[in-house]
Amino acid sequence: MDILTYLINGISLGSVYAIIALGYTMVYGIAKMLNFAHGDVIMIGCYVVFLTMSEQGLPALLAVLLSVIVCTILGISIEKIAYKPLRRATPLAVLITAIGVSYFLQNATLLLFGADTKAFTSVISLPPLKLAGGQLSVSGTTIVTVSACVLIMIALMLFIKKTKAGQAMLAVSEDKDAAQLMGVNVNATISLTFAIGSGLAAIAGVLFCSAYPTLTPYTGSMPGIKAFTAAVFGGIGSIPGAFIGGILLGIIEILGRAYISSQLSDAIVFAVLIIVLLVKPTGILGKKLHEKV
Amino acid sequence: MQIKLSAKLTRIPEYLREGNEIIMKKALSVFMTAVLAAGCLAGCGASGGSAEADTFRIGGIGPTTGGAAIYGTSVMNGAQIAVDEINEAGGINGYQISYKFEDDQHDAEKSVNAYNSLKDWGMQILMGTTTTTPCVAVVQKTMEDGMFQVTPSASSTEVIDNENVFQVCFSDPNQGTASAQYISEQGLASKVAVIYDSSDVYSSGIYTNFEAKAKELGLEVVAAEAFTQDSKTDFSTQLQKAQSEGAELIFLPIYYQEASVILTQADSMGYDVKFFGCDGLDGLLGVKNFNTDLAEGVMLLTPFSADADDAATVAFVEKYEKAYGSTPNQFAADGYDAIYTIKAAIEEAGVTPDMSVSELGSALSGAMPSIQIQGLTGGSEGLTWEASGEVNKAPKAVVIQGGAYVGM
Amino acid sequence: MSKMKIRSWNKNTKNQLITFGMVIVAYLVAQLLAATGMMSSLMQGLLVPMCTYSIVAIGLNLCVGYLGELSIGHAGFMCVGAFFGAFSTKLLEDVIPNPTLLFVIALLVGVLAAALFGFVIGIPVLRLRGDYLAIVTLAFGEIIKNIVNVLYIAKDSSGFHFALSDGNAIALSEDGMWLINGAKGITKIPHLSSFTAGIIIILISLALVYNLVNSRSGRAIMAIRDNRIAAESVGINITKYKLLAFTISAAIAGAGGVLYAHNLSTVTATPANFGYNMSIMILVFVVLGGMGSFRGSIVAAVLLTLLPEVLRGLKDYRMLIYSIVLIGMMLFHWAPKCIEWRQKIAGRVQKNTKKEAA
Repeated sequence: MDILTYLINGISLGSVYAIIALGYTMVYGIAKMLNFAHGDVIMIGCYVVFLTMSEQGLPALLAVLLSVIVCTILGISIEKIAYKPLRRATPLAVLITAIGVSYFLQNATLLLFGADTKAFTSVISLPPLKLAGGQLSVSGTTIVTVSACVLIMIALMLFIKKTKAGQAMLAVSEDKDAAQLMGVNVNATISLTFAIGSGLAAIAGVLFCSAYPTLTPYTGSMPGIKAFTAAVFGGIGSIPGAFIGGILLGIIEILGRAYISSQLSDAIVFAVLIIVLLVKPTGILGKKLHEKV
Repeated sequence: MQIKLSAKLTRIPEYLREGNEIIMKKALSVFMTAVLAAGCLAGCGASGGSAEADTFRIGGIGPTTGGAAIYGTSVMNGAQIAVDEINEAGGINGYQISYKFEDDQHDAEKSVNAYNSLKDWGMQILMGTTTTTPCVAVVQKTMEDGMFQVTPSASSTEVIDNENVFQVCFSDPNQGTASAQYISEQGLASKVAVIYDSSDVYSSGIYTNFEAKAKELGLEVVAAEAFTQDSKTDFSTQLQKAQSEGAELIFLPIYYQEASVILTQADSMGYDVKFFGCDGLDGLLGVKNFNTDLAEGVMLLTPFSADADDAATVAFVEKYEKAYGSTPNQFAADGYDAIYTIKAAIEEAGVTPDMSVSELGSALSGAMPSIQIQGLTGGSEGLTWEASGEVNKAPKAVVIQGGAYVGM
Repeated sequence: MSKMKIRSWNKNTKNQLITFGMVIVAYLVAQLLAATGMMSSLMQGLLVPMCTYSIVAIGLNLCVGYLGELSIGHAGFMCVGAFFGAFSTKLLEDVIPNPTLLFVIALLVGVLAAALFGFVIGIPVLRLRGDYLAIVTLAFGEIIKNIVNVLYIAKDSSGFHFALSDGNAIALSEDGMWLINGAKGITKIPHLSSFTAGIIIILISLALVYNLVNSRSGRAIMAIRDNRIAAESVGINITKYKLLAFTISAAIAGAGGVLYAHNLSTVTATPANFGYNMSIMILVFVVLGGMGSFRGSIVAAVLLTLLPEVLRGLKDYRMLIYSIVLIGMMLFHWAPKCIEWRQKIAGRVQKNTKKEAA
């Protein structure tokens, strides 16, 4: 039964990575930038929920909604102030700015709310699901996280396929200049992407902190990097890829820790990533690159 | 949504080439000159300050930003309270204390920078550093300068290799063996699991000594599961392993932040087991919004408890909460005690602020073995020191009952 | 055509001479200030770290600026250099009394080890492109850090002992000593790094990279960066040149690591010093200084190492201001509007100087 429990734990962890990775991949697909501040937007989302729900006693749903709004606004502002002026510069310049933004968010939170750890109250109050005569138990958080993850993935895919805004995103991601010529408002499209990405970050943050209930100004940075890894794993820019990458990463991390070595679990995760990328150089679902001469 | 990755990544746009190079360089060099000038000014301005001979200049070092910020901040604040108390009561032998704390971001190199910066300020005595790894680098520098150093919370034995360094906290081997002994003597369990942080010196240091002692005493360590600073959110696997190996007790030589997650996850998987920890677990009950029911029955060896009812602790906690809005943890108490330790050493040695740093250093180090202070972390017997730098104090075993520590 | 070549060669030489001159002048000025007691302890303590980060930035610039491959794992190579270098020093400390020789040996060991790691990692990694390559270098950096943290090596009369993940597996006899002790890393490393040593390593690294980029190999490397397929079609051996550049880049980062390890008495692998954060920090130096400009890398490394220390007076706001300055500098440096504005100013200045000259 142990292996099943480990698998469930892995899927639970993986689905959190997956939601974060979805936001990462969206932004990457459009803006072609590694948004290192994504993890910190997650952390801000968590603080909003913590302050409104745990401190002020607002209902969970309202707190989450507030957090989504705050993060969306934050995402758009970051894009406008820090990334937009650099749109025509080398992507590396934007990457560095993103790191600056990440430091800024961490240190601003540190100054505002202090360094002490906060215990996050789970927003999910679902009872655990008992399987196989009570031998297996799936926590409510896991159920909600996994279903939220699948729902968001499907919604995003539909949005991109079926709506005009989604098609515009696709066009911008293919070729910014051509899209502009075709009458797509590139600036608005990029802002929309950041808005969606950051809104997702808020949801991801709430689910992350519900599953692993500590909150500090640095809570976001590690899941951010792991989710980035997951996004690359699945093929960055691909939405189902981010989902699969996230889930697999979670499972590998847990199984590696359980059956190989708990001391080396980080190394195992990254080693598997390297092997996968060597076999499939653009990730699991990444398309092969076409090179023009 | 699929995107093209290409050599574009590093392709430098046309308008940034050639001619612009010059402008960029100019802008950079102007900026550099400004920074350098500021740097020199900062340096010069500070070195002038050491001339005052009527105050003892005590410097503190610890992380106040970065992932370990809570430890440094606690030490800084705890020590500040002690400094204020002493200054209000007329100082040490009539001399006031000036106190300055610098951030090291829990990094050895930055800690040495912080040390040098404090030296420029005119530091005579060092209260630091807070964390072990930076401290190992800084003790080298204090040895070269002959500066007296009291570390509130750096706990490895490497820290006190030099004659001028003294610890306020227990050393790691000490805690590891004491925990194994306590568990064995009290017959708390025969099968023990350990969850520790393999990337942390404090945690892995205690674990190594605990395991050695446990073997000697016939305790069976059925699972020794690690986590690292990079993966400290999910402990379900470690707990699952402990459960399936039939551990009766889980030893947690870690800090309270991670412990709070472990307790929550153990509860949500319905795993009922005894938990035993070291001084790092102190602070668990002070975590904002933490459901203290989960900590019911957790045992720990700690020299400090924020809800002890002796007058000193009550007064300290009250002042701390008023000034900083949170409950002090063991680090804050260690910082507080470190300042009083320095005070006692100065009084014992009868030194004055006009002495040189190395004169102060040798006089104070010589006085350390003969002083005794009560302190917040001293328990019933107070704190005394070996000449080696190690502290003698009695670890107190407590159990959490009804959201408070109860002596065992 | 040939005239153009000579002119550009001359320009290159001049450019290089300026860089060497800048480093030497900086060295002399710093020595002078230190000798006359005009330099604060903080500044004196920062000299070696500034050299360390300059060296690693030079190495990374070769990889990012000339080879055109984004690596966010260079802290890993630094880590390899630091640990191998410090390990050799600990081992030979009793045998070789001469500190200079000891340091040179450590440097060679560290550099060779880092080069070897660079080579071995480079073989699979360089098949990838862009961000995929970046994430794999990051992964390698994290793996190196993770493994070093659970590595136990000790020495006693009965020889060497080695253990992975369990320090208690080694039963050390009385006369034994720990060489690498898990998370504690290597302790009590003799202080062998000096500002002079740092400057010498910078000069050697500069000579090496300038020679490389101006050689036939260097042109091949840049050809690969600018157009891989075109380069391949004219018969350039892509793998060979990529590996060459990547290995040298790693080796230089390793040299920085050796300097780092011998400046502090202890070396541990934490997220702060050898994690991806550090790799990114070095990347910041390279991008801010200008990709392909080694002089820029040095200036940026020195500046950004200084900045947080100079800001110490701001207390709690220090790192916040630091981040704002970082964002501001990037915008100032790269945003088209700022560039236009700077060009205008520069144009005016140039006009004025021309008038004066006339």
